[in-house]
Amino acid sequence: MSVSLSLTVNDEAVNAQVDARTLLVDFIRNNLALTGTHVGCDTGQCGACTVLVDGNAVKACTILAVQANGSKITTIEGLAKNGELHPMQAAFKDCHGLQCGFCTPGMVLSAIDLVQRHPDADEATIRAELEGNLCRCTGYQNIVKAIAQGAAAMRG
Amino acid sequence: MGNSELNTVGQSVRRKEDYRFLTGCGQYTDDVNPPHHTHAYFLRSPHAHANIRRIDTAKAKAAPGVVAVYTGADLTGVNGLPCGWLITGTDGQPMKEPPHPVLAQGKVRYVGDGFAMVIAETPAQAKDAAELIDVDYDAVPAVVNPVEALKAGAPQIHDGAPGNKCYTWALGDKAAVDAAFAKAAHVTQLDIVNNRLIPNAIEPRAAVASYSRADDGYTLYVTSQNPHVERLLMTAFVLGLPETKVRVIAPDVGGGFGSKIYLYPEETAMVWASKRVNRPIKWTAERSESFLADAHGRDHVTHAELALDPDGKFLAMRVHTTAAMGAYLSTFASCIPTILYATLLAGQYTTPAIYCEVTAAFTNTAPVDAYRGAGRPEATYVVERLVHAAASEMGIAQDEIRRRNFIREFPYQTPVALLYDTGGYDACLDEAMRIADVQGFAARKAEAAKRGKLRGLGYAAYIEACGLAPSNIAGTLGARAGLYEVGQVRVNPTGGVTVFTGSHSHGQGHETTFSQVVASRLGIPIENVEIVHGDTGRIPFGMGTYGSRSLAVGGTAIIKALDKVVAKGKKIAAHLLEAAEADIEFKDGKFTVAGTDRSKAFGEVALAAYVPHNYPLDKLEPGLDETAFYDPTNFTFPAGTHICEVEIDPDTGKVAIVNFSACDDFGNIINPMIVEGQVHGGVVQGIGQALLEQCVYDQESGQLLTGSYMDYALPRADDVPSFKVTTKVTPCTHNPLGAKGCGEAGAIGAPAALMNAVHDALSAAGVTYLDMPATPHRVWSALQAAKH
Repeated sequence: MSVSLSLTVNDEAVNAQVDARTLLVDFIRNNLALTGTHVGCDTGQCGACTVLVDGNAVKACTILAVQANGSKITTIEGLAKNGELHPMQAAFKDCHGLQCGFCTPGMVLSAIDLVQRHPDADEATIRAELEGNLCRCTGYQNIVKAIAQGAAAMRG
Repeated sequence: MGNSELNTVGQSVRRKEDYRFLTGCGQYTDDVNPPHHTHAYFLRSPHAHANIRRIDTAKAKAAPGVVAVYTGADLTGVNGLPCGWLITGTDGQPMKEPPHPVLAQGKVRYVGDGFAMVIAETPAQAKDAAELIDVDYDAVPAVVNPVEALKAGAPQIHDGAPGNKCYTWALGDKAAVDAAFAKAAHVTQLDIVNNRLIPNAIEPRAAVASYSRADDGYTLYVTSQNPHVERLLMTAFVLGLPETKVRVIAPDVGGGFGSKIYLYPEETAMVWASKRVNRPIKWTAERSESFLADAHGRDHVTHAELALDPDGKFLAMRVHTTAAMGAYLSTFASCIPTILYATLLAGQYTTPAIYCEVTAAFTNTAPVDAYRGAGRPEATYVVERLVHAAASEMGIAQDEIRRRNFIREFPYQTPVALLYDTGGYDACLDEAMRIADVQGFAARKAEAAKRGKLRGLGYAAYIEACGLAPSNIAGTLGARAGLYEVGQVRVNPTGGVTVFTGSHSHGQGHETTFSQVVASRLGIPIENVEIVHGDTGRIPFGMGTYGSRSLAVGGTAIIKALDKVVAKGKKIAAHLLEAAEADIEFKDGKFTVAGTDRSKAFGEVALAAYVPHNYPLDKLEPGLDETAFYDPTNFTFPAGTHICEVEIDPDTGKVAIVNFSACDDFGNIINPMIVEGQVHGGVVQGIGQALLEQCVYDQESGQLLTGSYMDYALPRADDVPSFKVTTKVTPCTHNPLGAKGCGEAGAIGAPAALMNAVHDALSAAGVTYLDMPATPHRVWSALQAAKH
């Protein structure tokens, strides 16, 4: 069954017809060719597919595309403006908060959501809030550091 | 290296590759979408061990969207997957190498063993059609534990491997060891299980195979750590294709940790099928497939003994290990528990006699192969658990027993074949103790005791051997591949430099580290250097990245190629400057006539090489493009001390890591930020093994019980603390960078340090032995058992 969708992705209006069972992550990757959103587990546990839906971090493998109808979605491709990294992206680079880069888009978007809810998060809070995002490369230490630095930069 | 501001060696230069990863512009295999591509799905055995009486694919072939369905019977002329290392047993016989079919035929040997491939227009159609394949299984008993597999009466997995034995292999002087044990003042014994792990790179394995009628050639995008090795094995050994007709591209790869070294069945079947269906085929593993069918790591059962004199000096070590190979021999499975394990049993110590015997067993499980550290974590765990236990039993302080036995004179020939070129073990131990505040531990332990908590401190003084080499000696030990690396430095006419390396980055940051090396050597900005890797179509034959070899071996190959570039540049500059070649010096990006201010910039020489109007064409070829292959003369030997402090809640059995300190000696360091990141990641994988991770198969059914992230506890951010990591330097003596390698150290040192800390904490409560992982249930149960 095909359904029609109308939503905003990275500030651009998108209208599409999709199979009703299409997951949001597959819609983003396959229909929109925004391949920065990754699939690491397809069971909702690794967080590599995290995007912002109306500003909130959502694992895009856990909802259907149709559930995002009318929403405003930000993927990793939509963060940098005019080639300038978002403060959280810049902090990840500065703190070496990424290695292979596969979990990184989800980490960065989760981090932005985290900082929105906990602008002054300490290390324990950051670690607890990262429960839903797996990284196998960094040991998390520099991700935690990056999020604290990115939070400070976002506070201005 | 030059001294100008362009020399960034030793600086934490931020990574060149980060922009694309941070903006979603990375290109991983699953991001590759050739026009008109199809999707593959592999049907896998639900049984650990079963004869397949019949497969009926008729309904699947007729299902919507299906392009083709293949079983093993269709793969005529396709050989099995080869093993890259021949181990010769103590009986003088070669190891047993039963066939490893691309698609299982007649029999399946583990849960996840693939035996049919469905190709369809969409992934869902392929998966739906696979459910229509009718299979008549005759399930037979399975055995998943390597010790059980070797017992009489165990289910037989391969006709060609009686008793499920692959080999029994030994290293060391058994008579000398037995004699030393006979006169020992003290003998420490341990029975150790090194738990099976599932690597779990966050990017699942994936492949995209295409066939072109235009040139009868194939292109394979694949999640590989070593695309040339993949191509060689696939073409020459399995598919019988010319190497010239297959291009293997490993684009951005999302973590490997060993699991992406190997030639796997899936991509092999896809390359074969891409010509038959004449359309590109794509497959990306679901995470449950990664758990089932990626090569696993570790899985050793060991009895280990250490003989000591009355002063705690080590006299001898005797080790018997049973190692699981899984259902089939993966690409390098056989050399992990032998060449990369027994040779490391000297550790940092002068133990004069060591004997190690290893029996490798086939089991009804996923294949076992190298996983971060690969044999060396298992060796360090044996050595450092023995040392900890011996010190405890003899009442010697943990640092003191290590100091009494440290190797201090180099080069040092161990009794297990390795020649350590250099090291400084006291310095790392001292520094690790300082940053761990060992002096304050007694007070912290007393304070914890007041709160009813058990504190413990554990040491691991590890050594590893990296940059496996040299090729000729490895060849005599059974290696079926070379162990060199290649570097090609292509200077462009305008002075920019493109470097082609056989090393492969899947998170290590080669584009940055190698650029630092090249830019510093040539005196040019890092931005003018481009590193290219992972494409057999662009790079000379290289060996890829594994065993912490990239900088020490791959970096050295680049240095050797740079030397050739500079040497040729001097000839060109001598001509341009009308001076003798011997008088030309190269420094800070300039070719200068010694003792004068007459010079030519690197870019001017490059331009002259490609626009050779004023050029010694009678004596010198135009162009500036040099290649070097580097085959190391020895391993490198990174070493260090890791110290872990834990606090255990006896009411719950939960182990909290309150402090983890590491002082490592990786030789010279190009980028400290990247090195620290490697240590962090390695340590957390080591902590994962010691505290959280364990692959569990049901002993009866052979079903994988830890087949998802809800069952297999991958470390999460709140499972671990931040670490204190630092380094000491003794430069490697036999490569020009003085580099040793840092990728695996964390995973090697951390498990022993953590488990020694757990044992230290639990010893007061009477617990004497615990295997990894030290889960709350295990710790609590051990504490209860000790009470009774």
